[in-house]
Amino acid sequence: MNVNVNDYLAVASIIFCIGALGVLIRKNLITIFLSLELMFNAANLGFVAVSEYLNLMSGDIFVIFIMVVAAAEAAILLGIAIAFYREKGTINIDKANELKM
Amino acid sequence: MNSKDLIVWLIPFFPLLGAILWGVFGKYFKNYSGYLGSIFIVISFILSTVIFFTVAYGHGFTSTLYPWIDASYFKVNISTTVDRLSVIMLVMVTGISSLVHIYSIGYMKDDKGFARYFSYLNLFVFSMIMLIMANNFLLLYVFWEAVGFCSYILIGFWYEKKSASNAGKKAFIVNRIGDFGFALGVMLIFVNMGTLSYSSVFSGIHLLPPYLITTIALLLFAGAIGKSAQFPLHVWLPDAMEGPTPVSALIHAATMVTAGVYLIARCHIIFSYSPDASNVVLIIGGTTAFIAAFIAMTQFDIKRIIAYSTISQLGYMFMAVGIGSYAAGIFHLVSHAIFKGLLFLTAGSVMHGMSGELDLRKMGGLYSKMKKTAITFIVGGLALSGIPPFSGFFSKDAILASLFNKGDYFFWIIGELVAFMTAFYIFRLIFNVFFGESHVDKNLHVHESPDVMTIPLIILACFAAVFGFIGLPPFDHSIFYNFINKDFANSFNFSPAVNNYPWYLLSTVSVIAGISGIYTAYVFYIKKSFNLEMLKKRFKTIYALSFNKLYIDEIYDFAIVKPMKNFSVFLWRVVDSFVIDGAVNGIAQWISVTSSKVRKVQNGMLMSYVFTLTVGVIALLAYYFVR
Repeated sequence: MNVNVNDYLAVASIIFCIGALGVLIRKNLITIFLSLELMFNAANLGFVAVSEYLNLMSGDIFVIFIMVVAAAEAAILLGIAIAFYREKGTINIDKANELKM
Repeated sequence: MNSKDLIVWLIPFFPLLGAILWGVFGKYFKNYSGYLGSIFIVISFILSTVIFFTVAYGHGFTSTLYPWIDASYFKVNISTTVDRLSVIMLVMVTGISSLVHIYSIGYMKDDKGFARYFSYLNLFVFSMIMLIMANNFLLLYVFWEAVGFCSYILIGFWYEKKSASNAGKKAFIVNRIGDFGFALGVMLIFVNMGTLSYSSVFSGIHLLPPYLITTIALLLFAGAIGKSAQFPLHVWLPDAMEGPTPVSALIHAATMVTAGVYLIARCHIIFSYSPDASNVVLIIGGTTAFIAAFIAMTQFDIKRIIAYSTISQLGYMFMAVGIGSYAAGIFHLVSHAIFKGLLFLTAGSVMHGMSGELDLRKMGGLYSKMKKTAITFIVGGLALSGIPPFSGFFSKDAILASLFNKGDYFFWIIGELVAFMTAFYIFRLIFNVFFGESHVDKNLHVHESPDVMTIPLIILACFAAVFGFIGLPPFDHSIFYNFINKDFANSFNFSPAVNNYPWYLLSTVSVIAGISGIYTAYVFYIKKSFNLEMLKKRFKTIYALSFNKLYIDEIYDFAIVKPMKNFSVFLWRVVDSFVIDGAVNGIAQWISVTSSKVRKVQNGMLMSYVFTLTVGVIALLAYYFVR
């Protein structure tokens, strides 16, 4: 079975859409973070696939960077989640409704 | 800078120093501001006298302090011209100012604005000195406005009084009308001559076309009409009597209001090249002299009578300069400044003794209670009526004689009529205030004013009595004429003498006019040979015209003030609140309505933001692919 770049990109798109849907429809903050991570990694998969296809290193380097940034971001997001929990007593995203004038 | 220049610049320096000191540190000086302020002005007076003799026995000169504006060909210096005309004015202004300052110490005693008053008065003297000494039109204009401003703040000195602050505003606004013309005249001079300095303007004015000279002269005269309270802009001067009386004496009788006459004498070359403009000056002067005297005959407020008298006498001066007798005009200016200053100060003294009463119907028999004031007042009255040997006789006669000898019989007759009316109204005042039975309120303690007030009166009365002798007729051989006419000799004589009647014939006519005026007043108010109420009824229309000041205020109110007010109300109600406010509020309302709709997008729900974001991205991608 010959796996070409389009297949990789199709998988990456599917994962991305699953992640995006997760962000849109889930209410639990932690689940939303997980969905976000899915979207990141879908993008990473796309980078790696195209990088391999074009025989370039730059896509791989990007992925390393994105993973580092995502790790740092995960720490921040968890911090936010804890602070949010302390404030509201829940991590239901519907309670985050004060972002308006 | 040599000593002459130093003295010249010290003359305005002292009043300016005073104005700043009392204005800024007034509360530390308190009553000393009066004494020191007077001393400053006396110093200026002494310096002016020194300069007077320097010029009298030498030559006039100009002195430049520093270049003020130097913008390519537009050059204006802060510099003075010191010639015979300006030294006479200087000595007159500083002399009368000194006496008025000393008098004010007594008059304004216990006023809570004592230091403020002296600050203003010093500022006025500074501005007036600079106006006289300026040697270009811009400097003249600046200080022309400055004296107008000082007049405004001094008329409204008791600003808590509504009528006083209104009178100040009226004076300022009416003056502004004339000054607008004056400013245009100065600009016209600059546009056509490229310079504003007196010497270059006067030496080159005859090169301009005649219509331009006439326009310039008339525009300058517009300024003079406003400042010197000539018809039709005379309405501010009677109201200006709301200010303290020494202010009326100094500014509204002796100095500032004569600035108009000074302006024409100073610009006599321009006016002598324009007989048309000079004729306008003559006609305005004659009209004003007549109507002001006519109004003065029936007024009851003693300060207003003297104010109308000032307007009328200024009319005489304008007749003189209008016919080209500049020396006679200046002579009457100086002698009028002395006796009219005296009359105002004595009126102030009467007011002081009567606790502020001004209505002559509530006076009478004051002679025995305030002898010094009464005698000095009568000296002033005789001088004003032109009874020899008082100064008014010589100066008024110099004008009347030149009117007759230059063939202007109509204005000569007007002048003689005015002389009769003048004598009548001033003696009507004297008889009603100082003689006859007393109508004074029984509770009022009438008292003579303190020495600090009466001594200036006595000094002025002495001058009013003897000053005229320097103009002994025949006028064109007198000391004064020979002194000042050197300045006017270079003007073009547009109206040569056609008669040469001896002076004593003409003087007899004016003396008869004066004495018959006094006699009429005597018959009316002392002997009471006529029933005055009957006369009033018989000549009801004329009496009403005179008593109501020819309804000029009412006409202005109807023709100018009311339409302006209505127009302003229109601008306020329609243009401002409807058009402008409507536009502003409409835009605000539209934004408010629109934003209330758009605001719903920001609902604070995190999920809806994410949703919007996603939809947006999808839309962009869709657009990208579909395109």
